[in-house]
Parts: sequence; structure tokens; C-alpha cells
Amino acid sequence: MATITLLINGSERKVEATEDEPLLSVLRNQLGLTGTKFGCGVGQCGACTVMLDGKAVRSCRLPATKVKGKVVTIEGLSGNGSLQPIQQAFLEEEAFQCGYCTSGMIMSAQALLSAVPKPSDDDILEYMNGNICRCGTYQRIMAAVHRVAEKGGKA
Amino acid sequence: MKTDLAKNAAALESSTEAKMLELEQQIVKPLRHLFEVSRRDLFKLLGSGLIVGICVKNGLTQESGRATNSEDAATDLASWLHIGEDGKVTVFTGKAEMGQNIRTSLTQQVAEELRVPMASITLVMGDTDLTPFDMGTFGSRTTPQMGTRLRSVAANARGLLVEMAAKHWNVDPATLLAKDGMVVSSKAGKSISYGELTHGKKLVEISESDPEPESPKQWHIAGSSASKVDGKAFVTGAYQYTSDITRPGMLHGKVFRPPAFNSKVISVDTKKAEQVPNVTVVHDGDFIGVAAPEPELAQKTLALLDVQTQATPQIDDAALFDYLRKNSDNEEHGRFGGRGSSTAGSVETGMASAAKTLFQTYTASYIQHAPLEPRAAVAEWQDGKLTVWTGTQRPFAVKEELASAFHISQDHVRVIVPDTGSAYGGKHTGECAVEAARLAKGAGKPVKLVWTREEEFTWAYFRPAGVIDVKSGITADGKLVAWEFHNYNSGPAAIDTPYSVPNKKIEFHPVKNPPLRQGSYRGLAATANHFARESHMDELAQLTGVDPLQFRLKNITDSRLRAVFEAAAQRFGWGRQKATPELGFGMGGGFEKNGYFATCAEVAIDRARGQVRIVRVAQAFDCGAVVNPNGLRNQIEGAITQGIGGALVEAIHFADGKVLNGRFRDYHVPRFRDLPKIEVELVDRKDIPPAGAGETPIMGIAPATANAIFSATGIRLRGLPLIAKPLELKA
Repeated sequence: MATITLLINGSERKVEATEDEPLLSVLRNQLGLTGTKFGCGVGQCGACTVMLDGKAVRSCRLPATKVKGKVVTIEGLSGNGSLQPIQQAFLEEEAFQCGYCTSGMIMSAQALLSAVPKPSDDDILEYMNGNICRCGTYQRIMAAVHRVAEKGGKA
Repeated sequence: MKTDLAKNAAALESSTEAKMLELEQQIVKPLRHLFEVSRRDLFKLLGSGLIVGICVKNGLTQESGRATNSEDAATDLASWLHIGEDGKVTVFTGKAEMGQNIRTSLTQQVAEELRVPMASITLVMGDTDLTPFDMGTFGSRTTPQMGTRLRSVAANARGLLVEMAAKHWNVDPATLLAKDGMVVSSKAGKSISYGELTHGKKLVEISESDPEPESPKQWHIAGSSASKVDGKAFVTGAYQYTSDITRPGMLHGKVFRPPAFNSKVISVDTKKAEQVPNVTVVHDGDFIGVAAPEPELAQKTLALLDVQTQATPQIDDAALFDYLRKNSDNEEHGRFGGRGSSTAGSVETGMASAAKTLFQTYTASYIQHAPLEPRAAVAEWQDGKLTVWTGTQRPFAVKEELASAFHISQDHVRVIVPDTGSAYGGKHTGECAVEAARLAKGAGKPVKLVWTREEEFTWAYFRPAGVIDVKSGITADGKLVAWEFHNYNSGPAAIDTPYSVPNKKIEFHPVKNPPLRQGSYRGLAATANHFARESHMDELAQLTGVDPLQFRLKNITDSRLRAVFEAAAQRFGWGRQKATPELGFGMGGGFEKNGYFATCAEVAIDRARGQVRIVRVAQAFDCGAVVNPNGLRNQIEGAITQGIGGALVEAIHFADGKVLNGRFRDYHVPRFRDLPKIEVELVDRKDIPPAGAGETPIMGIAPATANAIFSATGIRLRGLPLIAKPLELKA
């Protein structure tokens, strides 16, 4: 058990973590940030996706003790109360059904958009293929990403 | 020898055959509950105001499960709503939201009839202490039944409010109008809000009749593409699923699973595990589990258990279809086969008169639902009363399961279903709830249990595998003259042909001891039955040299079925392009649960790798009046996408009682890269009451894909999944 300091959604958070405790568990069970979901525990579904220094990472595979950088979770995206364009676009395209994959999808999409502001279909397929939506809303998620790109990142 | 239950069931066969059969596939045993409304409690909970409920009798109680017992034909409270002094409307229904968008579509229907803005309505769903008994959320019943019921309750409430206003003003109610949460007298130029009307009152009105709700043709709010009512909570991560719930002092549970199905526990040594501080180990019969302050500690402690088990020999998936055919249940055959079957004319005579005949066998593998939120439950005991939050499609059945597991009265159990991270027919049961409750009882603290993905793939029930034999005959001019259809194990849903044929024999053959634990899956066996039927129709078209669309139309008398085939073909551009070795086109269609569909698919063949990609799908769908067009499109697109998995690649592989591919890495579900372009053609029939649409749109993609692959390659694939191994293409 080690005391570590994580930079999460712009705040320093001190937590106790065992050496192999995944970041996902720290977020959900210690910090109450339950917007990030458990889907498989082995990085094969994308439900646990968060951003680490702007890149999408699977928090279920990442030991919290190894995290050095800025973590942004779904809760941190709309920290000031107003929705980010990608969140707004998900609403407008109604790009979800049960919504369980949505946090991970939005975090992946946000990371993609910050790296490639106008992604092609292939870019989306490439970047987001690791995110599973069992309800099958992929077509709408792609439309949501394009919607943000077309509006130049504005809602 | 037939049991009394079987005799009773046989006696009930006559008029309600189809519905009963559907129920039988969905439930394990009849249920007996009676929800008692304590009016005092309701007002305590909700404050003063007006409560309006509806009781349903006989026919309608079917859905709530009591028609299976004739003595239970009494009326049941089916749903109700409360209008508070603040004008807020609270609606109570035992249905559960799992992504079908019913929280929104039901809200729309109440808003429509009650004449209130959607924002003033809150739905309380799937809470056994608060909502009237409901058999469960399955079978696409929410829209046709609960929707109709809530519209009736709301229409009733509106009538009462108008009467109250009429009394208040001492005017004729016919001169008044309900609008935007108010009763308005345009004549006198005055209005009064619903809240003012119900202020300080404790009125209860339970109706036993269904007032006629408005025709869909008059709809304004229902019938529109209203946005998901709580959409914002989903895009901000604020929404709390079962697995997100925390209770004071809560522990995390893990359950021991034997290495194989049907294993016997020989010995259990919990000593090492029990030495771990702060951990509770529970060993009760075959149940062994641990609860710890952190899930990681629970997992580590679980590994310290020394449990010896003994497995029994079990078949592997290579022997599956042979096994199913050989083990069809002869004793029960009469009952199930009889009820699932129908005959007309004489197949023998029909076959003898046919110009051409065909006999083929089709198969469907076991598959898993793999909902992204695994089974989860949070259980809490307080003063002998058990509360469990769990994502289930059948809260009242899980309540019964819990009461029975712990030998307590059902009054002492409350099941609450938070909106759930999908189910697809896979969450009818309460095993996770029972396990969490057992751990919580042992620990004396609330316990959360979330199944791992491997548990979900292994210990959740599977969609039944099946073998289907089809024998058919056609006349020289391409008309069906004989049709014989046998389904082994997968189920009787949509087993009958929608095509016109004078001589037919249809039978379902259940299997005594299916190799895997099996249960309902979105659409039940209608997917496998449509796959077999629509593949076979394509083979017959091929045999006669007639275009597959023309061949079908020639044999259709049902105008709604004809309409969806024509609409899909037009949207798709059927016949505009000829198949090539790299590109194929196929179609499939039918109907189930009052939903009509036709699906056209275009596939691209990677000849070097023997792989198939579905590149374009056009599907026409008619489920009567559409409650929420955008929500319906979402369901249809999603069903097609999900259906691609079962059509192309999904299959559970098993041997010696073990699942061999219980991970997303090994069990491929549709992902972004598998996505075709999907076009949906809605046939909005405002003249027909709305039917559910959660299931039927999944049924067309498998046969359309198989038929498209044939058109490109000449290879006829008759087993689901179609691409279990690469296609063997000639160079």
C-alpha cells in the first residue's frame, strides 16, 4: 500500500493504493468518480476509457501507482457545468441507448478530436475500434464526432 | 405421466396459445403476487394530491403472469399516477429501462393524454415496493401494453381534473379544456392549474376500465422524436447504474466459481482466507464467496480458498447439433410440439404434387448477450428486511427468488432496478442479487457484487442453439405448395411461415437436457427461425430461377409484409446492381410481435482471406403507429448492428463444461469496423396501435447476409454464425 498523489480533473487527489490497483478502481471506489465504467477489466471494451495527458487510455489496465500526468474523466469534461461540444453532439445525435459505454466513447472521441480536429471515418474506426457499444449505436457516435468536427469544435 | 401443471397448461391452450407460448419461453414458472396499495402510504410518500390508477382484468393480466392460474383472474392494479399540489406528475410502472428508451416513450404518452409538459413527469420504474406488480420487461410488451395502459390512466386523470374544475367553477365540464397542466375555460377566460385543483386533497380514483385513449392520428407529443428524458446524465457520467451505487459501510463481494459447469464441490478449506483481516468468508452449501472493503482484496482472498470440485463428462460444441437432434424431448413433445406447431392440409400430398422439392438443415450456435454492464447487485439487510438494487428485467421475479432463497416473506424483500446497462433478454434472473444478499447477510454489512466479464460469459445463461429442418415443395410457376419445418431446441417464436402455403406442418422439439444453461435472447428463436426460413426461400427462388424479391411477393398474401419488402427493396435499390464475385446482395423479412420487417444487405467478399464484410443495409420496419421515430430508428439501427454479430461470427465455444472464449478478445462482438451503412425506412401506420420494436428489427440481418454471400460466391451457408471459419472460395 502506497500513498500517491494523482492529478485528476485539475485537482490533486491523495489516495492509498496497492501496487497493482488499477486507476479504474481508485476512481470508482475511492474517489467516487463512477462515470468511468467497468466493462471487462482487461482493456478489451473501452468502457473505462479516461484521458491521460490528452490521450485515451484504459484505466482498468493502468496501475494507479504508475500514473504520472493529468487524468481527465467524464466528470472533468463538463467540470464548469457546461457541456463540451462532444457531449452536446452525443445528445443531439442521441448516440446512445443504455448509455453504459457512453463515458468511454466520449473520452475516446474527445481524445481523437484533440489530436485530429477533422477526423475521417477511417480515423474514427482506427481510434475508436476498442470501444464497444453493445446497443449498436456506432453510426450515431460517428455522426456525433463528425458534428463536432464540422462545427470546428464548437457546440 | 403428465403433471397437473402440464394438464392445466394444456387446458389453457385454446385461444391464448401464441401468447402463452411466448410467456413460456420467457418465464421459468408461474408467479403469484398481489400488490396491495396502501393509500395512506402513498400520500405519505408523495404528499397530497390526486392518485389515479387502473386495474386490469383477465385478458390483460396475462402480461402480469396471473392468467396461468385460473383462480387469479381477479383485477390487479396495473399502473397509476399521482398529481401533486405542485403540479408534478409521478407515474409508477414495474417496467425497467435498459436502453430501449421507454422512460422517454412512456413519458411522452402520459404527457400526451394528461396534457402536461414532459418535464413535469417523473417515472418511478421497477421498484417492488413502489410500483404495481409487473411480470417483466421483455417480449416487446412495454409499448403495446404498458403504453396503452398509461395512456388510459392519464386520459382518466385528465377527465377527473376537468370534472374537478367544472365543480370548482360550477360549470358544464363539456365547456372546459385541459391544456399545459391546466384546465381552461376559454368561454370565461380563466384557467386553473392541476396543482391548484389537487391542493390539500387526498383523492384516490382506481378505474377498472380502460378509457379509450386518443387515436395516434391526434398525437402531438407522442409520435414526435422527443429527446431522451435524462440524456444529460448519461453524457456527463452522472447517471448511477447499479454498479455505481454505494451504501454506508459497503463491502465488495466475489464468488467462487467451479472450473466447469455441473461440478460438485468435494471439499472446501477456507482457513487461509479467513485469516485475512476485515474479510468475511461465506460458505453455505455450494455457495462460497468473500466480502472485503475493496474489490481487489476480495479477489485476492478468493484465491486463498482451497476448493476441490469434481466435474462430470459433458459434450463439446463440435457435438452440439447432433446432440440436440438426438435428445429432443419425446415425453414433452406432445405438449410443446403440439402448442408450438400447426398443420394445414397434407404435406405428403403437397410434396407429391410439387414440381420441385427441397430439404435442407440450418443451425444456430449458442451465443451470449454480453451486456456491457455485467450483472450487478447491491444488497443491504436492515432489521430482517432485505433491499437489493439490481439490473434485472424482472424485479418481481427476483424479489420472489430472494424471498425463497432466504426463507423470508416477500414483504421483507424490496428489489429496485436502476436504469440498467442493457440486457437484451439476458437479465431475467436474480442470481447476482441472491449472491450479493447472501454475502451481505454473512458480513452484516451492505455488499456490492459485480460479475466479471468472464463470469458474465460463462455463468449467465445463453441464447439456445438450434437445429432446423426445412422441407418444401413448389409448383412449376413458383408457388409454395408444401412446407414442413422442425425446430430442435432453439424455440418456437415466429416458427410459422408468413407465406401463403396450403399444406404445412410446423413443429418445435424441445431438448431434455440442453448442454448449456439457456434462456431468452432479444427476439428469442425468431432470429433462428427467420434465418432458416428466409435462407430456404432464397434457395427456392434460386431453384426456380426467379428473383428472390419476386419469388417472395408471389407467395405473400399479407399486405403489411408485402409493403415492407417493397419499401426495403426500393430504399436499397434492389436489382439495380448485379452481384459480382466480390459483391453480393440478399434479403430477408417476416413478422413477429406485430412488427413487420424486410432487410436488404450488401456484402463485400475478401476473396484472398475468405472473409465477409456487410457494407450496406436497408431495412423497412412497420410496428404500427410510431411513438418516437428517432428512438425507434435508434432501436432498429442498434438491432441490425447487434444482429451482425450473431449472423457473422458470434458463437460460444465449449468443451468439458468450460467456455473456451469468454472474453471480448476471443468472442468478437460488432465494433466500429464491422459497421455497415444502415438505412432505415419507417412505415408509420397511424391506423394501427403501436407494437414494441426492441426485438423484431434484429431478425432480418442474418438471412439477408447469408443470401447476399450466396449471390456473390455461390456458397450457401446454413449455420449461424456464417463465418465460423474463412470461406473456401475457388480461385
